[in-house]
Amino acid sequence: MKREPFFWVTISCGVIILAFILLPLIEMMRAPSVSMLGQTIKDKDVLRSIWLSIYTAGSAALISFVFGTPLAYLLARTHFKGKQLIESIVDLPIVIPHPVVGIAILSVAGKNHWVGQLMAELGLRVMGSVTGIITVLTFVGMPFYINSVKEGFEGISPRLENVSRSLGASMFSTFFRITFPLAWRSMLAGIIMCAARAVSEFGAVVIVAYHPMIAPVLIYERFEAYGLKYSQPVAVWLVALCLTLFLILRLVALPRKAQV
Amino acid sequence: MIKIKDLNIHLGEFNLHDINLSIEKNQFFVLMGPTGAGKTVLLEAIVGLVSVKSGRIIIGDRDVTRLPPEKRGVSIVYQDYALFPHLNVERNVTYGVGFHRIDKDQAAKRFDRLTRQLNLSRLLRRHPITLSGGELQRVALARALMVDPKVILLDEPLSALDPTFRGEVRHLLKKLHDSSDVTFLMVTHDFAEALSLATQAAIMDDGKIEQAGNIQDIFLRPCSSLVADFVGMKNIFSATFKGTRALAGNLEFEIARKPTNSHGYIAIRPEDIVISNKRLDSSMRNSFKGVVTAMSDQGFSYEVHINVGDITFKSLITKGSLFELGIHEGVEVFLSFKATAVHNF
Repeated sequence: MKREPFFWVTISCGVIILAFILLPLIEMMRAPSVSMLGQTIKDKDVLRSIWLSIYTAGSAALISFVFGTPLAYLLARTHFKGKQLIESIVDLPIVIPHPVVGIAILSVAGKNHWVGQLMAELGLRVMGSVTGIITVLTFVGMPFYINSVKEGFEGISPRLENVSRSLGASMFSTFFRITFPLAWRSMLAGIIMCAARAVSEFGAVVIVAYHPMIAPVLIYERFEAYGLKYSQPVAVWLVALCLTLFLILRLVALPRKAQV
Repeated sequence: MIKIKDLNIHLGEFNLHDINLSIEKNQFFVLMGPTGAGKTVLLEAIVGLVSVKSGRIIIGDRDVTRLPPEKRGVSIVYQDYALFPHLNVERNVTYGVGFHRIDKDQAAKRFDRLTRQLNLSRLLRRHPITLSGGELQRVALARALMVDPKVILLDEPLSALDPTFRGEVRHLLKKLHDSSDVTFLMVTHDFAEALSLATQAAIMDDGKIEQAGNIQDIFLRPCSSLVADFVGMKNIFSATFKGTRALAGNLEFEIARKPTNSHGYIAIRPEDIVISNKRLDSSMRNSFKGVVTAMSDQGFSYEVHINVGDITFKSLITKGSLFELGIHEGVEVFLSFKATAVHNF
């Protein structure tokens, strides 16, 4: 691009956006002292909540992987009447305000609904439980997984599958020997997107399960009860741990990308 | 070997209507037709990738109409080769072996023979992304033949190749066909390619078979204006018939066979029209005087447009003849052709 006025407009907008994202984060990371960070990580409540956040977000991603993959495949490979409707339904959790998600889930999981009654009989409790948190996180994270994997499947020529079948492979063999090896990177990307979305959820979780406390709820509670200074170290630990985890996952996914 | 009976397929955009086709064992059969005629859909129906509305597909002695692709013994080679990008050449070629009950020694022998025949020995460890078009093509052929199919379907195998490679691959296809008992069914746009490879052919248009049979017959006696146009008859005129005479525009033509219909078309190949400066004293029953209106360079020859009354003839002559006869735009010439060169339908 030539150094015309337009070029400088694009550069300055870029700088403003980067500063807008990075400045608050850097300030937050800088605020707590090292001793304070050390103290915080020894706090059992903090450790438990961060672990719970990672564990529930990971579970949500795993559930999305198991149940979302076949649906993503179906949406990528077939054309049928009402497909757009199904795609819009899959996207719904993205646009619904977060507390509304919590309320919606409670209205099915409550004692007045047959789903809630069935779950109670099976010994599953949603309100105030880990099951509840995972349910909410799966609800909000699933669309990100499905959309990412659907795009991945769409990028694989159906002709590869056709050839595989003509060579004698069943649909299952074809999926596991051709489609899966070619799509696993987009699956990993989907898992990362889904887990990232789940880890950051607050509004829906706080309605379904204030306790046991996931990290965002704990941070909110500390902020409400003791102020900014006491919530910052927890936030720093959560961000640091999540960033490290995602970085590792991306490093696993990316190096061989150039090959295929 | 392949029998298709009253096949109907409805895919929304692409439909096939009442397809009937019979292909003998070990034949090289060619399927031709313009883009969108339904050739690929027919191939995919034979492999088992599209659902059939009615009709039957029989391969060997088995009715495979309702069988899944993996149980049909039909291999397909696509125009873009569709090699598995995550597997190297060797694993691409041997991909299908595990799904068939093939004796290990026999599989090894076949692998050796195919890699030798298709000159793949030095490529075995390479991944598809590092191969050229011709190499990809050879790997795709080896992979398809490795499972010893009853039928191999080739979807325009030459069209994506550099023209210099085409002759080579054509030769290779012929050799592969001659050295195996596999039935070859190939889709192509190119009539010259079809003539050099196949003995039998079918021409498709708009989801229907327009003409099927011996390829020479199709070339010499096209049954419709579409087929005539497709096989390179550039002079097609609507005509009315009276005995062995055809009237087109204000011209009267002698034709060899008496047509059964009173209205139809006549077609003449450009290479069958002889151009001269004087009226020729010959056995050619059709002779007209016209004016050259256009000429276009076709490489080794010239296509000359000659107006006779309200009809424009296209004739093909060599560059040498063009200079010898002193042909240029506006000059008056005679054109002659035999009654047998006028095809009617």
